[in-house]
Amino acid sequence: MTSTDCRRPVRPDAGQRPAIQQDIRLLYFAWLRARIGHAEENFPKPAEVNDVAGLLAWLRDRGGRYAEALRDLSVIRVAVNQDYVGPDHPIRDGDEIAIFPPVTGG
Amino acid sequence: MFRVQREDFNIGHELDRLATGDHSIGGVASFVGLVRDMGGPDRVSALTLEHYPGMTEKKLAEIEAEANRRWPLSASLIIHRYGRLEPGDRIVLVATASPHREAALAACHFLIDWLKTDAPFWKSEETARGERWVEARAQDDEAARRWRETGNSSG
Repeated sequence: MTSTDCRRPVRPDAGQRPAIQQDIRLLYFAWLRARIGHAEENFPKPAEVNDVAGLLAWLRDRGGRYAEALRDLSVIRVAVNQDYVGPDHPIRDGDEIAIFPPVTGG
Repeated sequence: MFRVQREDFNIGHELDRLATGDHSIGGVASFVGLVRDMGGPDRVSALTLEHYPGMTEKKLAEIEAEANRRWPLSASLIIHRYGRLEPGDRIVLVATASPHREAALAACHFLIDWLKTDAPFWKSEETARGERWVEARAQDDEAARRWRETGNSSG
């Protein structure tokens, strides 16, 4: 599994045609996966979501399990395309966004 | 060099292999992490390690590259297991080889400290009271921060 699995090849004539919107891919791990109830989901980036903080707020607004799992953002870490990022990091079409608690390996 | 695997590993075999063929190596340092059961009312009967395939490999490669940037290592190795493990089982092996012991020992310490805060693994423990996710420890963050602040081999 890599960040590029879900991306379609770039079309050479992409500039001339309407862009094909690539889904964002969300991954959940550890107790976040357990509380949200699934490990992965793919959907088009909501127009109002521009950064990590915006995505987390958008997910919380779904209510239910999402609101519960994402209630305390101090115990949430986010990686975009497999790098740790902060709340201001931009979200773009095709991004792989992983949401998880602080890591406990080793 | 790193591996992420479900299977156990043989410490002697891995350390031998790390130093074989390079006679400029003067010492090999290693750390082995084990599944722990501290007893008491929350006895741990087993542990399941979950990870983020893809990012795990990316982070381990970065951590190892950083160790090699900071210290003159002849070779280094990280093996991290995932899946269900029982008390006493090996979880992780970090080993470093260098012409001199200082570099090997410091780099080994650095690798396990950074791995604990950067590599995307999560532990879930099975106890008599049910399953519980292990919480990150502030001491681990502190240990990793120390290395970030030094940023060189003096740490």
